[in-house]
Amino acid sequence: MQIYLPIAELSVNALLILMLGGGVGFLSGLFGVGGGFLMTPLLIFIGVPPAVAVGTQANQLVGASVSGVLAHWRRNNVDVKLGGIMLIGGAVGTGLGVWLFGLLQKLGHIDLVISLSYVLFLGTVSSLMLTESVRAIVKGRGAPVRSKLHHHTWLHGLPLKMRFPRSRLYISALLPAFIGFVGGVLVAIMGIGGGFLLVPAMIYILGMPTALVAGTSLFQIIFTTGLAAFLQAVGNQTVDIVLALLLLVGGVIGAQFGTRAGAKLRGEQARALLALMVLAVAVKLAVDLVIRPEDIYSITLPVIR
Amino acid sequence: MTRRSRCLLALPVAILAGFCLWQASRPAWAQSLVADLSSHLIAITTGFTGTDVVLFGAVDGDGDVAVVVQGPEGEVTVRRKDRVAGIWMNVEDVAFARVPAYYNVAVTAPLEGVVPPTVLQRHEIGLDYVRLLPEKVKLTPEKLAEFRAALIRNKQRAGLYTTEVGEVSFLGQRLFRTRIFFPANVATGTYTASVFLIRDGDVVSAQTTPLLVSKIGFSANVFEFAQRNSVFYAILGIMLAVTAGWLAGIVFRKS
Repeated sequence: MQIYLPIAELSVNALLILMLGGGVGFLSGLFGVGGGFLMTPLLIFIGVPPAVAVGTQANQLVGASVSGVLAHWRRNNVDVKLGGIMLIGGAVGTGLGVWLFGLLQKLGHIDLVISLSYVLFLGTVSSLMLTESVRAIVKGRGAPVRSKLHHHTWLHGLPLKMRFPRSRLYISALLPAFIGFVGGVLVAIMGIGGGFLLVPAMIYILGMPTALVAGTSLFQIIFTTGLAAFLQAVGNQTVDIVLALLLLVGGVIGAQFGTRAGAKLRGEQARALLALMVLAVAVKLAVDLVIRPEDIYSITLPVIR
Repeated sequence: MTRRSRCLLALPVAILAGFCLWQASRPAWAQSLVADLSSHLIAITTGFTGTDVVLFGAVDGDGDVAVVVQGPEGEVTVRRKDRVAGIWMNVEDVAFARVPAYYNVAVTAPLEGVVPPTVLQRHEIGLDYVRLLPEKVKLTPEKLAEFRAALIRNKQRAGLYTTEVGEVSFLGQRLFRTRIFFPANVATGTYTASVFLIRDGDVVSAQTTPLLVSKIGFSANVFEFAQRNSVFYAILGIMLAVTAGWLAGIVFRKS
C-alpha cells in the first residue's frame, strides 16, 4: 500500500514503514535505547531527506519512549530525580544541537559529521561494553557479584554532590547533567534518542544499577526528543506527521514486546547483544566513509527563490 | 494506462481531429501547430505514486516535433567528494541558479546533426542544451562541464531528468502524441510543456502550455498546516506521539 508523505514529499510503502517501526521498536524496548541510530539511517536509505528523517525521528521517539517508560515505570525502574537532572543538561544540549544542525547543513558537512560521530561514539562505546559484558558472562555464571561498588576516581571529587536514593548514589549533579547534555546534542544532530550512549554512560560513569538504567534513560529521552521535535517542526518544518504516525504504530507495539523479552535477558547478555548491534552499525558507517562512493558528486534539494 | 484515462484521452483526440479537418478547409487561417495536454493539473493525493500525462496535437504539414517539459526552477548545489586523510568528504561545490526540478524531452526523430546546436540551445531541446548556469563565474570550462554532468546524472538517478530522449509518435500525417511520466517524487509548482515544430533545421512554430503540479486533499492540508501554524503542528505531533505511546502501554498492560 503506497502512501504519500506530505512533508518528505515522496511516496512510500506503508507496510514497509510499519515493519521498520516494529522491528526497531522491539530492539528499543529490549535494550532501553531509542533505536534512532538504526531508524534514521534506514529512513535516509529509503529516500527520506536527511533533515526530515532527523526531525520526524525525534517526534516518533517521543511516543516510543513514553510506551517504553510505562513498562519500566510499573516495575518501578525509573529514577525520576536523576532523570530530571539529566534533563536540564539535555535541554541545553538539544538547543545547541538544533542550531549546529542548521549550520552544518549550510556548510555541506552534515552527512560527514553524522557519520564520523556515529563511528566515534558507537565504536568506542560498543567496544567497551562488549569487552566488559563478555568478561562478565564468562566470569560470573553464578550469582552476579557487584564487586566494586565504589571506584574512587576524580569524578567523585566534583562539586554539587547530590543524593539519589532510588539509585543509591551520592554523586555530583554535574555528571548526570553532562551526560544529558551530550545526549541532547545527539538527539538534535542525529535524530537519535542517544540511548546507546546514555545507557553505558549511566552504568559506567554514574555507576547506576543496571535495572534502573533503561527506564531512566527513556524517561529523559521523552523530553529531549520532544524538545528537538518541537524545535525542528517550528524552525525547519521537517517533521512529517504521517511518517511519524506510521513509525509510531509499528514502534510502540514492537517496544512492548521488546520490553517483555528484555525482562528475560540478563543484564550482561543484553549489554553484549546491544554492543554487538551498535558495533555493526559503526563498522558499516566506517567502511562507507573509507571506500570510494559510487558517485563522488552529490546534489542538494532545490532551493526555490 | 487505465481504461478510464484511455477514454478521457480518446475524447480530446477526436475533438482535435475534427478541429483539424475544419481547419484544413480554411487554409488561410491555419496555425501550423496546435497542442494540448490530457490534464493541466497533476494532483498529489495521499495515494500518489506518479502519473502519466499525454500531450497531443496536430501540425499542418511536414516536419519534426519536439516536446520539452520543464519543472519549477530552484538553486541546486553540486558537491564533489575527495579523499582527505583516508575519508571521503565534500571538498568542492558549485551552485547552479535556476535549475529545473524536472526535465523531459521527446522527439519524432533524432535531431542531432539535423538541427544546428544553436537552435537546440536557444529552445533548450535535449539534456545537453538545458540552461544550467553556475552562480560562480570563475570556473574553467572543464570544471563546469564536470559539475554540470554530475548535476544531470544525479537528477537522472532520482528519475527527475530523462535518461533517454522520449518518442513523439505520429498518428497519420498530422496528429501526434507523446506520454510524459511524472514520478512520485516530482516537485510541486508550475511546469511548462513546450512543443516545437522543426522544418529544415529550424524551429518554425512553437507553443507552450502550462501544467500545475499541486498537493490536493489531506496531504495538502498537512503541508499547509505545517507551514502556517508550525507551533500548533509541532505540539499536535508531540501529542499524537505521546497518546500513541501511552495507549500502547495501556493496551499491553494486562496481556
